[in-house]
Amino acid sequence: MMSEQNRNGEVWVFAEQDNGKLHDVVLELCGRARELADRLGVKVAAVLPGYKAEHLAPILYQHGVDRVYLIDDPRLELFTSLPYAETVIRLIQKHRPQIVLYGATPLGRDMAPRIASATRSGLTADCTDLQISDVTDAKTKEVWKDLLLQIRPAFGGNIIATIVNPFGWPQMATVREGVMPMKPADPSRTGELIREVCDLTDSFFGVKVLERKLEEKKVNLKAARIIVAGGGGVGSRENFSLLFDLAAALGGAVGASRAAVDGGFIDHDYQIGQTGTTVRPALYIACGISGAIQHRAGMQESAKIIAVNNDPDAPIFSIAHYGIVGDLNQVIPMMIKAVKERN
Amino acid sequence: MGYHCIVLVKQVPDTANITGEAMKEDGTVNRAALPAIFNPEDIHALEAALEVKDRFGGTVTAVTMGPPKAADVLRACLYRGADRAILLTDRRAAGSDTLATSYILAQAAATVGDFDFIFCGRQAIDGDTAQVGPQCAEKLGLPQVTYLEKIIDIQGKTATLRRNIGNGWEDVQTPLPALVTVIESANTPRPASVKRYMKNKFKRVPLELPADSPEAAQAKEKGDLLEQWGLDEINADLQRCGFAGSPTKVFRIQSIVLKKEGFASVEPTEEGVRSLVRELIEDRTLG
Ligand SMILES: Cc1cc2nc3c(=O)[nH]c(=O)nc-3n(C[C@H](O)[C@H](O)[C@H](O)COP(=O)(O)OP(=O)(O)OC[C@H]3O[C@@H](n4cnc5c(N)ncnc54)[C@H](O)[C@@H]3O)c2cc1C
Ligand SMILES: Nc1ncnc2c1ncn2[C@@H]1O[C@H](COP(=O)(O)O)[C@@H](O)[C@H]1O
Repeated sequence: MMSEQNRNGEVWVFAEQDNGKLHDVVLELCGRARELADRLGVKVAAVLPGYKAEHLAPILYQHGVDRVYLIDDPRLELFTSLPYAETVIRLIQKHRPQIVLYGATPLGRDMAPRIASATRSGLTADCTDLQISDVTDAKTKEVWKDLLLQIRPAFGGNIIATIVNPFGWPQMATVREGVMPMKPADPSRTGELIREVCDLTDSFFGVKVLERKLEEKKVNLKAARIIVAGGGGVGSRENFSLLFDLAAALGGAVGASRAAVDGGFIDHDYQIGQTGTTVRPALYIACGISGAIQHRAGMQESAKIIAVNNDPDAPIFSIAHYGIVGDLNQVIPMMIKAVKERN
Repeated sequence: MGYHCIVLVKQVPDTANITGEAMKEDGTVNRAALPAIFNPEDIHALEAALEVKDRFGGTVTAVTMGPPKAADVLRACLYRGADRAILLTDRRAAGSDTLATSYILAQAAATVGDFDFIFCGRQAIDGDTAQVGPQCAEKLGLPQVTYLEKIIDIQGKTATLRRNIGNGWEDVQTPLPALVTVIESANTPRPASVKRYMKNKFKRVPLELPADSPEAAQAKEKGDLLEQWGLDEINADLQRCGFAGSPTKVFRIQSIVLKKEGFASVEPTEEGVRSLVRELIEDRTLG
């Protein structure tokens, strides 16, 4: 049976952690969960499975969480799907939250569908916005109060769909890292720690991690205030040095479109867009980027956008605040010069 | 003997090539105007199953759920080396979200029975949800290994697999049967074989042929019919299929409108660029 609505249920965030460190997306979600919970008049709780992860609870409180459900067990030190999913499933059945949010990380996208399947609840992947609103059924005119609107691009980003789960609670969604801005921590906030036991039998631990190799992320686009991004128009790996020079002059980072990555001009880690990183810097300078919808999906929330493109009809100009129609090979050196002048 | 692999493959609209003509006035996508393709990652899922068959022996069964036309992807599987292909098609399955779809596919896999692996693509490009694989695993009570990078070894009822974890990789050991989702970097799909193409190109599911027609009778006689199942053949609970079994409802669809606010054109000259930089310093965009 699908579970019934629990109007008093909490808003939950799955607290993904690795090696004693919370994933950034968790704290981003906490901020939004706080807003949703305030709107509903309920508490925010985080579910924190792992081993020796208790020290993370205060960080969660400071980001808006009222309650942390801690499941501390050496068998949960490394993530595997079954025990993690089952732990959350049992907690959902016990506490009946009305909303559960997960980061759309490789881990979240592995585990959340399993939980949705077991609890027979709705799950919307890669939401770009979450809101609370009353919803009227188009056919029956029935009004459902205070549902979670799960908003996401669909069909390769060509349309925006709003999904709701009037039945099949909890209402669940995954959100990609960087999509929701992280709110600053409030050091005065505290919360309540609730210890839950992991009583899973060994049968859940059939999958064993033999070896792991983590690669250090070389690029941190999310933290950059200024991003200079290059696309297919940059033309070559060598020519990307122009962009690195401008970024250095501005104290910013370099990003890229998929055409630049596919062309081998720069590594995938730099890719911005639907299948890359989502960024919202103070300034985004798009050089030789056409502005395809999949690229825009990852940068259109930037506070200021400058587009440099030699095609006056390039779609990027329709979302840019400043447009320079010209050859990037001439315009970028001018920019570097102008920036250096002001210093 | 060997290993029996089921591969779940999907036919999808080619969303990479959506043009204006494919959008309807109300902002929804006109699927009919889009070419239908084999979901890219599912070709890699098929290749993983064929790799198991080549390296360790066994058979491969391809299953898809969709309209009769989706038999295209089944034929493509046969050309590449699948041994058996099944189309699940039933009007009562229309409107299924990932939960209902995974229920139906899990029932289908259980009906096929006796398998060691289910391979899926990580995600289908029409929805990009990546949910159906893990949901099938849960429905069947199977362990899951997502984002397969490499099949390292299979011995008896244990597989050692490398999976991509975003910021690196990990090697895991899983008991079989297991469900595995596959990403593009896992392998290089083989091309269709000419011999298999010649052998299978006339294969049709019954619904692709006019009912009670001579063509249909002939196809049956020649053994050119592909298996076609409905919800009854897989003992599906209708309450869990189609709209009834789908908790997610689409409440609203909007087409994307490009915002155009406060656009300033800047001359591609030294003076133009310099005044732009000055403006950005003044409004504190540049520190
Ligand atoms: C499922 C899916 C996911 C995707 N995800 C992403 C994603 O995450 N990120 C992404 O970026 N793309 C993504 N894409 C690809 C996207 O559709 C576009 O193909 C890509 O963004 C194009 O990159 P581009 O604009 O740099 O290249 P192009 O389309 O090649 O455009 C180059 C631009 O540079 C201009 N130009 C050329 N020479 C010069 C010059 N000398 N000076 C100035 N301008 C010049 C041209 O006028 C043109 O506008 C995705 C596609 C799909 C189907
Ligand atoms: N209708 C379907 N028929 C067969 N397989 C499917 C179907 N829908 C999804 N799948 C499988 O599930 C994977 C993930 O799909 P999705 O959750 O839609 O992104 C796909 O790559 C397929 O392997």
